[in-house]
Amino acid sequence: MSDAGDSEREPSIRAEALEALLIERGLLTTADVDAVVEQYNERIGPLNGARVVARAWSDPAYRARLLEDGTAAIAELGFGGAQTDKLVVVPNTTTVHNLVVCTLCSCYPWAVLGLPPRWYKDPAYRSRAVREPRALLREFGLVLADHVEIRVWDSSAEVRYLVLPERPAPLAGLDEAALVAHVTRDAMIGVARP
Amino acid sequence: MDGIHDMGGRQGFGPVTVEPDEPAFHARWEARVFAMLRAAGAAGALSNSDQFRHAIERIDPVAYLTHGYYGRWLGGVETLLVEAGVVTRAELDARVVARGGDPTARVAARPSVAPDRVDYAPAATHAGRVVAHAPRFAVGARVLTLAHGVGGHTRLPAYARGRTGAVTAVHGAWVFPDSNAHGRGEAPQYLYTVVFDGRALWGAEAEPATRIHLDLFEPYLEAA
Repeated sequence: MSDAGDSEREPSIRAEALEALLIERGLLTTADVDAVVEQYNERIGPLNGARVVARAWSDPAYRARLLEDGTAAIAELGFGGAQTDKLVVVPNTTTVHNLVVCTLCSCYPWAVLGLPPRWYKDPAYRSRAVREPRALLREFGLVLADHVEIRVWDSSAEVRYLVLPERPAPLAGLDEAALVAHVTRDAMIGVARP
Repeated sequence: MDGIHDMGGRQGFGPVTVEPDEPAFHARWEARVFAMLRAAGAAGALSNSDQFRHAIERIDPVAYLTHGYYGRWLGGVETLLVEAGVVTRAELDARVVARGGDPTARVAARPSVAPDRVDYAPAATHAGRVVAHAPRFAVGARVLTLAHGVGGHTRLPAYARGRTGAVTAVHGAWVFPDSNAHGRGEAPQYLYTVVFDGRALWGAEAEPATRIHLDLFEPYLEAA
């Protein structure tokens, strides 16, 4: 099921009403709302994660550091904070595929991926990712052979997970800057392969 | 808490709906809610993310499924602001009606008449903590999870209760959400990644070669 639709008319009005009350109380300004929009539209998004993955694809020493201590390795590129106290990076191989979910709420590595897409927060994804990940991935267009092990990471504490996709063979000649464009948010969640 | 939020393994929600080229915020009200979460913290109504997660778990379960992600956040923020006495339900309802809202519409917030007092100043910005004792389990240890739920906040999903898995990582001690959400202190506990074979969770219906990892606190675990 989708969360979108007319069912959000009432919460949207209630949010506006609550905002008005908090502004009257001096607890909020419209500039605070603008700041949130600016922060997540322009500064924190999946481009951060794409830069991390492109670096790992280009630099074997960085890849090793990223897998050893994800938090420290993303800090090298200036990323951190934003609900990402500890980042664990899980690498895909030809025989292992990783998939990230949060069944209890919607935990997500904001520092490297920004705010999660709606489907990540919807009941269908949260309920099915741990029980029938192969069926779920097929809906995303990703068909994995039965011998490929699927490792699902249910983010049940403050550790956040980022999937390190395999670099597609045809991209072997590209430099780091060119690789960034080939790293998608979905590949870093694990619902796609680049 | 055995609430609607605990969705792992539930059946019947159907296919995932993907929206192409989705924006960070779909409407101004979503960003409003985000900003109000910060304001609730500044107003002293919200002390930590465990408390916020539990406030969302406590909202109206029908609203949980129908109001969307930021509708859930709104329910959690309003719950906490009312519980802290920063706003009242009546003054908020009046402003909803003034904006053309339906006064009989379902409201997500479910403020408690006897809320937990969560006066909390974190010992550090990061949730990791140092404790004097050693972890009880090492990588490779077989562990059995608690069989039953608890009434309050917890991070052991129902689908992984009473199941046996293996420790794959020891993350050190972290603030314990089950305590911190209720204002009973940080009570740091060792945190482990535990892997469960799909068959241990779903039996014969498990898909082939699937392994599910959870980050679980030491009090959820016994030696298996």
